[in-house]
Amino acid sequence: MSFTALFAAVYVPHFILQAIGRSEPELRTHPLAIVDGPSPTFQVIALNRIAELLGVARGMTKAAASQFAQVTIRPRCIIHEAAAHAALLDVAWSITPRVEDTAPDTLLLDISGLASLFGDEEKIALEIVERASALGMNVHVAISANLETARIVARALPGPTIVPDGEERHFLETLPVAMLSPSLELAEIFDRWGVATCKALTSLPVLSLSECVGQEGVRLHAIASGKGMRPLLLAEPVQHFEEWLELDDAVDDLESLSFLLGRLLDQLSARLSARAVSIAAIHVHFELQPAFDHAFDTSRDLLRVKPAPGTFSCMLEMPVPTRDAKLLLKLLHLRLQSRPPGAPIQKIQITAQSSLARVTQSSLFVPTAPDPDKLELTIARIAAVVGDSNVGSPQLLDSHQPDAFQVRKFSVASAGISDSRSIAQSVSTINSQSSAVTAIALHAFRPPVPARVQLQGNKPTLVFFQGRSGTVLHASGPWRTSGQWWEEKPWQEDAWDLEILFSGEAQPPRGFYRFSYDGMLEKWFVRGVYD
Amino acid sequence: MLSRSNALRLHVESALTGRVASPFRFQQPQPVTASMGIPALDQLAGGLPRGCLTEIFGTPSSGIASLLQSALVARTANAEVCALVDSQDSFDPACAEAAGVSLRQLLWVRCRNLDQALRSVDLLLHGGGFSLVALDVSGAPAKLVRQIPLNFWFRLRRTVENTSTILLVLSRESHAKTCASLVLRMERAAARWSLRDCRYPSREFHTPASLLDGWTTTAEMIRSSSQRRNLFFIDRAKNTDSANSSSEIAHFDLHSNHFPPAASAQNERT
Repeated sequence: MSFTALFAAVYVPHFILQAIGRSEPELRTHPLAIVDGPSPTFQVIALNRIAELLGVARGMTKAAASQFAQVTIRPRCIIHEAAAHAALLDVAWSITPRVEDTAPDTLLLDISGLASLFGDEEKIALEIVERASALGMNVHVAISANLETARIVARALPGPTIVPDGEERHFLETLPVAMLSPSLELAEIFDRWGVATCKALTSLPVLSLSECVGQEGVRLHAIASGKGMRPLLLAEPVQHFEEWLELDDAVDDLESLSFLLGRLLDQLSARLSARAVSIAAIHVHFELQPAFDHAFDTSRDLLRVKPAPGTFSCMLEMPVPTRDAKLLLKLLHLRLQSRPPGAPIQKIQITAQSSLARVTQSSLFVPTAPDPDKLELTIARIAAVVGDSNVGSPQLLDSHQPDAFQVRKFSVASAGISDSRSIAQSVSTINSQSSAVTAIALHAFRPPVPARVQLQGNKPTLVFFQGRSGTVLHASGPWRTSGQWWEEKPWQEDAWDLEILFSGEAQPPRGFYRFSYDGMLEKWFVRGVYD
Repeated sequence: MLSRSNALRLHVESALTGRVASPFRFQQPQPVTASMGIPALDQLAGGLPRGCLTEIFGTPSSGIASLLQSALVARTANAEVCALVDSQDSFDPACAEAAGVSLRQLLWVRCRNLDQALRSVDLLLHGGGFSLVALDVSGAPAKLVRQIPLNFWFRLRRTVENTSTILLVLSRESHAKTCASLVLRMERAAARWSLRDCRYPSREFHTPASLLDGWTTTAEMIRSSSQRRNLFFIDRAKNTDSANSSSEIAHFDLHSNHFPPAASAQNERT
């Protein structure tokens, strides 16, 4: 069985306009002109059809274009073009790993053997168009057995075009010879000869062409004949996902910022979906509007306003990789609510760290646990109420010091819920529950409550704390612990368990308390009540 | 018409006799319960009901924190994820871990005031997925806790309804009232202090100091919707000596976890 190579060319018409439109979709239906060039002689380099109908022309100066009030003028943004090109590459790599990065607006794909995945050539072309559309771009797709034919037809003809095998010359003959991208010198020669179309070029004898214009002419002749071949220069897949947005007017309210962040996150999520990976973490970077230095009167000591910081960054790590843009937006919103940037934002950059999507398989015998995505959002909301460091799972520190613990980030994965072996071990623990003792818990006071203690023979007899006084009925102690004596702040504590009978009408009349004597501060504290 | 429907009903009931008991009577489904980790209490109340609000109240040193700890031990031992909303940041992780709580499966919310605790528990319940959500307001000023409106407890109860989450509220007084499906009152009985004599002095024992071994706690079931018990204080005067009141009380021992007793715990029920 012979193997027939098949190539697809993806071309983005009006690439500069589409790059801007991808970041600001509302501009697609407005008259838009893009200017570029050395300042101050900006010239219109790209414009959409609506602006053209209004009278704006390519090459017009910015000042002249500004006369048209309805036309939106934007400077050329390389950042947006880079993001659009990266998105286009993601689309290509989602179809096939063999991709050539020919130009910012053109990609060549080797789609040989993909019929079993996507279907015939028409279905492949439609799939490419659909995926590019999901990322905010309209593309032309041409499929041919000849690489150069596909490239030229994609640039020339709109929509998906299938060039049947052997019909390459027929498709190319009516196209202008400029589509072959000849050098300036060769273009002049063709112009002098009256060679305007590919058909005219292919009608010239190859030998004579070679003698007159050299190998470049022979190469262009072969391409125009539909026979020009060259190897595909493969581009390495890059796992770098970044989206940018530069704003004309700085944004200073969270609601507007959330709207823009949501758009960028949607685009990132779509790009990662195309590559079958998920977001493990996102890094958000803002460029802030510089604050004005207020003039101050030197005769009086007024507070000098410090310039606002130029940048602001924050990182969001997900417990499990996700592509849910809405969840990411909510988490980002909560984070920015608790730690706002502090100045209006001029530029937004979001970088996503990719990771393989999580694979979960539910089990019949594992107890239900919170959904990781929902849990992350719940914890973020609680953290906005109580603070980041006050929500999580406690972890004891390797220290004998009382109350030595830290609060670490809680996640279902770290809780080890899904391990069926641990479940089996836990079940055996349950079976022994009935004979287990019930331990007393300590209801801690944080910070420890200062107390006054009267001693008799080194044993507490009377205590005073929290406005109450009591007699010590039983005392157990002292239990001395100390540590970190080799450091600057050593600690030493004598612990006592006291049963106290309170005087007066205190309720309850009795209680069991943990007292401690701090040897460094030489003071008594109440650590907690046994409850 | 009415006599015809009655006749039809009698006919159906007689046909289903022996197969279906009371086919026309609506039976409230019994809630699924989970062990508290204390056999006497499980026997008294049937365990902690899932999808319901359980309230446990008592004075300091009555054992409510120990009961919470025991419930956490039982739930985390079953590989379930628990959450504790601590209104006064009074949870002791060292004590809990020594008792057997798997701290990795516990989400601890350390609040500085009652308002933070109430908002946090609301967020947790709406997030869902937790087997046990405990709200500890026992350390909060009683005056502030009394100001929590009843509809808040009602709303919490409605949030956990039809879920498998146990909502456990610990306080010094009963606040949830009829919103709670199970209400337990804890009271401490006599404590046990033991004097440990050693023939040869040891670093482990400070003789002749006595050690707190623990105490006996009495748990009284004030209300249980599964057993259709009303508020106890209404009938207290009548039922003090009745057999029914004695079945609503359970005694169990709490032990210091530093020196476990030689004999195993004996849980009694009068």
